[in-house]
Amino acid sequence: MSRRAIIEEAVLPPLVALLLAAVVGDALILTFGQSPGAVYKLLLEGTWGNAYGFGQVLYKATTLVFTGLAVGLGLRAGLFNIGAESQLAAGGFCAALVGLLLPAGIPALLCLPLYILAAAAGGGVVGAVPGVLKAKFGAHEVIVTIMLNFIVLALLNYLTSAKVHVPDTLHTPEIKSGALPRLGDMFSSFHGSAANATILLGVATAIALGWYLFRTRRGFELRAVGLQPRAAEYAGVNVASVTWRALAASGAIAGIGGLNYVLGYKHYYEEGFATGAGFLGIAVALVGRNHPVGIVVAALLFATLSQGGLAVNALVPKQMVDVLQAVVILAVATSVPEVRRLLRGVRRRTDS
Amino acid sequence: MTPLAIHLRGIEKSFGPVQANRGADLEVTQGEIHALVGENGAGKSTLMRILSGLYAPNAGSIEVNGSDVTGWSTSEAIASGVGMVHQHFMLVPTLTVAENVILGSEITKGLVLDRAAAERAVHDLSIRTGLAVPANRLVADLSVGEAQRVEILKTLYRGAKILILDEPTAVLSPFEVRELWAVLRSLRDAGGTVVLITHKLDEVIEVSDSITVMRQGATVARMSSAGATTQAIARAMVGRDVALALDADYAGSTISSASAASPLFEVQDLTVTGARRTAVVDGVSFSIAPGEILGIAGVEGNGQTELIEALAGLRDARGTITLAGRDLMPCSVRERGDAGLSHIPEDRHERGLVLDYSIAENLILGQQHRFTRGATLDSARIMGNARDLIGRYDIRPADPALAASVLSGGNQQKVVVAREVSRDFKVLLAAQPTRGVDVGAIEFIHARLREARDQGKAILLVSADLAEVLALADRVAVMYGGRFVTVMSRAEASPDTLGPYMMGAEHAA
Repeated sequence: MSRRAIIEEAVLPPLVALLLAAVVGDALILTFGQSPGAVYKLLLEGTWGNAYGFGQVLYKATTLVFTGLAVGLGLRAGLFNIGAESQLAAGGFCAALVGLLLPAGIPALLCLPLYILAAAAGGGVVGAVPGVLKAKFGAHEVIVTIMLNFIVLALLNYLTSAKVHVPDTLHTPEIKSGALPRLGDMFSSFHGSAANATILLGVATAIALGWYLFRTRRGFELRAVGLQPRAAEYAGVNVASVTWRALAASGAIAGIGGLNYVLGYKHYYEEGFATGAGFLGIAVALVGRNHPVGIVVAALLFATLSQGGLAVNALVPKQMVDVLQAVVILAVATSVPEVRRLLRGVRRRTDS
Repeated sequence: MTPLAIHLRGIEKSFGPVQANRGADLEVTQGEIHALVGENGAGKSTLMRILSGLYAPNAGSIEVNGSDVTGWSTSEAIASGVGMVHQHFMLVPTLTVAENVILGSEITKGLVLDRAAAERAVHDLSIRTGLAVPANRLVADLSVGEAQRVEILKTLYRGAKILILDEPTAVLSPFEVRELWAVLRSLRDAGGTVVLITHKLDEVIEVSDSITVMRQGATVARMSSAGATTQAIARAMVGRDVALALDADYAGSTISSASAASPLFEVQDLTVTGARRTAVVDGVSFSIAPGEILGIAGVEGNGQTELIEALAGLRDARGTITLAGRDLMPCSVRERGDAGLSHIPEDRHERGLVLDYSIAENLILGQQHRFTRGATLDSARIMGNARDLIGRYDIRPADPALAASVLSGGNQQKVVVAREVSRDFKVLLAAQPTRGVDVGAIEFIHARLREARDQGKAILLVSADLAEVLALADRVAVMYGGRFVTVMSRAEASPDTLGPYMMGAEHAA
């Protein structure tokens, strides 16, 4: 397969999916008696058309980049991590705890590594549990990560409300040092939006993950485990060890995503601060074809839809964009093999 | 004159580049037990799957009871009374015997399954045919022999008059085999026709009325079982011309330089315990000198796979393995590779290649830790290595960036062989090194193995193809039931002398 063919196979399914979503979206909008053109225009104006909306898109995309990368890393190793939801929360919670322990006034750059470490450890531990259970006992990671979502979220809720919350709220006290600057502080037009410097961390994580997966020996071995575990075993790879490490790393990446809210936006941990972002990460990884670049693009797409829902609410119910998201996910999930077959057919005809 | 029960003429069938059947014929008369024999890969199963409607032939005609049914479907075959019992059981373990038997043609009372009637029907059929199985037991609780009887019952329940059995004794104990024979004979005496696929020659003579021998996809002999000998059948299976070619072209070259030098690879009392707590490799000991090829012949499934995997470190085992004096038992797969153990695995699609990886990446698989610069893979060296090996091993198409999945079987195998033979090694485990590859690639791979031998490497060759073992090996061991039942020099080894050991008849010889 040529490089071009590989790229075609990677990029075409999501594009076809988007097209399909647009068609379904048109039909939906028409049933509300609105003009599709007007609704889409409003959607774009409310998201990419002004600095505040764009900031909100960036903020939402940042969390999705982390959960998408987390799920994508797992899938590259052949593991389906459904636990990004609780790993994200655990990461945010641990970062907030560290923030409460640190004395006030330490520069952000100095304590940032500590925060990253704490968030990664929080998510990583939650990810390592299903990893170790799978490596040692063959417990299926899908079941364990789903179940852990309930356990971990309940535990965090208990710890927050019983131990560290501000009375009459569901959140912890504000951290005293190391809050990351918001984009609004740097560019006044972004004022009011939640976008913050965590986005740089997200981009850095995507680049690092791409480098790891496609350039390093460990990444080569991890992808081999995901594609053909028995061939990886033959090639001297310790499949059990790759399995638990991959899930732990996946959890750690999701955990770092918690910083977007805790360090960049509200400066405290709050129950349900990013509800749904973990699960949406699955869709982001799927649409992004488990490739860091694709995941960043897909995260922007889903963030745009989610923010755009608020913008178009005047014309159509904002749930319409939920439908669009669902169509994109369904279309990608089903179109991947279909598009592949189509491309092969075309190529065979042109070859002969 | 009654028409033939089965008449296949000039059947051709290919799967991609692999031609499974090339002009195969089969004639089976009504009311006989007919044995279809041949080595692994001779095309027996494919031919029977075509007969039972699972595959459509590329060319040729199928007649059943005198009418042309070429290209029919499985449901049409079943409706016309042709039923196949597959080697791997197709039963639902959580359903009862009766439920499994009636699955697909359920007896109902209105919308409800009539369990009592089903159990009665299955019970009656089981009495009538002598296939004793308790109709209300769960299939999961049955022994292998009983499960097989359920498979046969299932086929008979659908009204099969022509019963095809694919390697039915592979999983049975000797006692269960005798019971099966009794059932088949009573089916025949009741007017049924049975086609039995097997490669166990003693069985053929014991139970069948006539025999068709297949080799390399074609029918090479048809004989009556009365008066046939295992030697005659084995000769037809392996083929006189192959044996001749061996003697003329290869025999001279296989007189190796293997000297009295101390062994390079030594295995003592190696035992592998299988899933059912039985020893699948049972106390195997051997040694290989530098510049020697030890060939392991034998019917597949006698522990060869497990032996090779245990030696490579992919499977737990007891015993000792020493390579050039170094104890390999505590070593991981990678450590064994670094110690000088190279391995051509028997299944290139499962183990030997990562099909979605490029040719270049596959050419470093297992040695990825040697192609690094710091933490990253050294892509310049990987590409250099790929260009070098693609040229030397004539891998086509010669594009290192191409995914291994798009290569032909022969070229995929060349990638595996190139990788394992070009690296720094002392001992090579070569399992089925030419399975499913075309003739040109076979010659090429054989030449590379001889080259390695002549450079003083020790090679353990496992092949289901006896001709290949005889073409390459300096000594030949026969594996049966997890043990080496004989080891003989190349001069003594021939299909005639090895055959009885391969069939497990070592006491007779």
